[in-house]
Amino acid sequence: MSTTVAEIGALPRVHYLNASYGWKSWLFTTDHKRIAWLYLAAITFFFFIGGAAATLMRLNLIEPQGSLLEPSTYNRLFTLHGLIMIFFFLAPSIPTVLGNFLIPLMIGAKDVAFPRLNLFSWYIFMTGGTFFLYSVIAGGVDTGWTFYTPLSTTYANSNVMSAAMGVFISGFSSVLTGLNFIVTIHTMRAPGLTWFRLPLFLWSMYATSIIFILAMPVIAITMVLLMLERFLHFGFFDPALGGDPILFQHLFWFFGHPEVYILVLPAMGVISELIAVFSRKRVFGYSFVAFSSVAIAALSFLVWGHHMFISGESLYAGLVFSAFSFAVAIPSAIKVFNWTATLYKGSISFDAPMLYALGFIGLFTMGGLTGLLLASLAIDVHVHDTYFIIAHFHFIMVGGAVMGYLGGIHYWWPKMTGRLYPDRWARIAAVLVFAGFILTFGPQFILGYLGMPRRYAVYPPEFQTLNVLSSAGASILAVGYVIPLIYLIWSARYGPVAGPNPWGAKGLEWTTASPPPTENFEVTPVVTEEAYAYGKERSERA
Amino acid sequence: MTPEPSSNFTQASSWATDWQNLFYFEVGIVVFFSILIFGAIIYLGVKYRRRPGDEVPSPTKDYLLLEITWTVIPAGICVMMFLWGTALFVRNVLPPALSTEIFVLGKQWMWEVQYPNGRRDINELHVPVGVPIKLIMASQDVIHDFAIPAFRIKKDVVPGHYTTEWFTATKPGRYHLFCDQYCGTSHSAMVGWITVMEPAAYAEWLSRGGTGKSLAEAGADLYRQYACSTCHETGRGPSFVGLYGSPVKLNNGQTVVADDGYIRESILNPSAKIVAGYTPTMPTFQGQLQEEQILQLTAYVKSLAKREGEGKKAAKQ
Repeated sequence: MSTTVAEIGALPRVHYLNASYGWKSWLFTTDHKRIAWLYLAAITFFFFIGGAAATLMRLNLIEPQGSLLEPSTYNRLFTLHGLIMIFFFLAPSIPTVLGNFLIPLMIGAKDVAFPRLNLFSWYIFMTGGTFFLYSVIAGGVDTGWTFYTPLSTTYANSNVMSAAMGVFISGFSSVLTGLNFIVTIHTMRAPGLTWFRLPLFLWSMYATSIIFILAMPVIAITMVLLMLERFLHFGFFDPALGGDPILFQHLFWFFGHPEVYILVLPAMGVISELIAVFSRKRVFGYSFVAFSSVAIAALSFLVWGHHMFISGESLYAGLVFSAFSFAVAIPSAIKVFNWTATLYKGSISFDAPMLYALGFIGLFTMGGLTGLLLASLAIDVHVHDTYFIIAHFHFIMVGGAVMGYLGGIHYWWPKMTGRLYPDRWARIAAVLVFAGFILTFGPQFILGYLGMPRRYAVYPPEFQTLNVLSSAGASILAVGYVIPLIYLIWSARYGPVAGPNPWGAKGLEWTTASPPPTENFEVTPVVTEEAYAYGKERSERA
Repeated sequence: MTPEPSSNFTQASSWATDWQNLFYFEVGIVVFFSILIFGAIIYLGVKYRRRPGDEVPSPTKDYLLLEITWTVIPAGICVMMFLWGTALFVRNVLPPALSTEIFVLGKQWMWEVQYPNGRRDINELHVPVGVPIKLIMASQDVIHDFAIPAFRIKKDVVPGHYTTEWFTATKPGRYHLFCDQYCGTSHSAMVGWITVMEPAAYAEWLSRGGTGKSLAEAGADLYRQYACSTCHETGRGPSFVGLYGSPVKLNNGQTVVADDGYIRESILNPSAKIVAGYTPTMPTFQGQLQEEQILQLTAYVKSLAKREGEGKKAAKQ
């Protein structure tokens, strides 16, 4: 890399970051790259709030009787943690930051299809976030992120309305973002950039956008019904009002399970990019990886009932949902095998983004495989609603989605800022995140197997050892998350200049300057080869 | 007197043993593939690490046979897991016909257990070893979940529905009972104990506590108190004698079986299912009867079925 820096020397004189100045130039920007920064600032803020809640929870669980918090406070913290991480960090993370920044760059376009709509989406997101933050400041919500009825509509005495309103509003932001991405990818690809020359990141953003558009309206509808019942006592869900609480679960999980794939599909896209560039290989089985994203998106809508195996769901419904849940494992397995095979005969370097990518593959594999136990009707009867589930979905969402997000941020940071971060610190942080993660969530599988229920502020003493281990791991994980925050901020100002292509990567985004000019490309590029044409270089050289 | 609490590792029900076998099988799959993937990453990562000289490897061709292999093998394993998990589940959906019924009422934040002879307990369930037990569960407020880790079972307790769960305990001892569905502020205090006793000790224990009336007797009192007989014994409404467990023809042509859920619904929402030949004149008792009282009335209706059944048996003989 040092040679690259010597060759480049300085940042371009004018780029999107210094093209205009002042707060208005940011808050009223329609540049997709600046909007990505607006999202980055917002979700980083939300991430550390959600993380602080998790820290307090893990501290409390060091002692069986709860070392720190009243149960009512603990309940508010896990609700806050779940809602903020899912709706205000994970769902927007890769799509709105990396997706916004990269989709036009990757397809050789000047911006997304609807730049003003893009900015409007950010304002909708912030409005939803404000409603949610109000509910926190006003005393919190204690329904769990799942808002199960009739607890949320009739029995809870916390700020359910404003939290539900926050979720309702922020969903529109995701719908509009998804719409924007789909239209952009369809209509604005550079000449020669056919569908099967697209980077796999775009395939997964496309699949994610479809889920955004189909699933988010369902949670919006569900939140409206919930608010109508809570505020005006319409009888949808509470049996005392003539409703059915199971109906809520159907609606919630019809959104809720596709939501899981909203979180992990973008990370899968990032991983495909990282594995290719850091082993200098075309992604093995490109079309299988691409179509497995689409298959996951489609199947994700047919598995929601596996959240309800023990809620009195009919036997036949259970059978069908179990079968589909196993089916959705297959495209995920295909991805994992193809990523691993990409390493074969590659030239593998272990830069920080690659460490996150390899960590992702391992942790996602474990998260996915443990999901098979939950898809199994009989096994689910015992481990449902225990720490086994907590461990499983954190392997997918933290081991998967967060690792993918961090890997992506580290990979494209030089493009976003034009500068490099200290690689040694980045590798240390990546290893800390991986080790801290395993230590935090590994013991929780055993806790769940032993029957420790989720959402317990206090617990029987025999679960203490494993809980202490888990809390110890969480402290390592926390350090692993804070270190990048420090060096990334430092590097944005003081880091060495990166140059257009510090990783020697393929892809249109690396052909323009770092940071790119506002219009991305001085001339619209023409694409003549498939994505990841790494081998070509050699024949040219020879 | 009370035995020491047993570890949650214990397999203390007939289902737990079957469950454990499947669990070990599936954990084996998880471990095998985790090691395979981690191993492959480490092996390939070391073997093909970038050497000095900034090499660019030649591209690898896609290999269709390999893609098919790693699609078909996981699919086969998934089918196996699905079949085993489903078979085990299906085999255990229905309780044996001769199960002992115990009523469980969940409310924020305690478990109220009622035995047929009228004995009641809070957060304690006593059962005899070796006898199939069927729990009929109702909730007075929000959704709860009755989970016994040592038995490897749980089931949501949903307001507005009856749910059931059954088990045969195989080891005397004392086991944890948890509420596994988040139910509000003191969710984590909604815990209790399952005590599995030898049948003789259980019978003795049960008789000591049965000071009040049996469930059916309490139900008979309610039956009188609410003057149900003015209709249900005069022909204006259907009779309860021999009703429980028998098919009921409805005025819309459907036939339903008169089980706990049907009786509950007919009390709270009488116009939902009208028996053929009757008019919907019964008022709702929603809000007037507690879940507990509905359980008692149901027990009373059940007791009428038994008398009729015995009568039939006698007639045949």
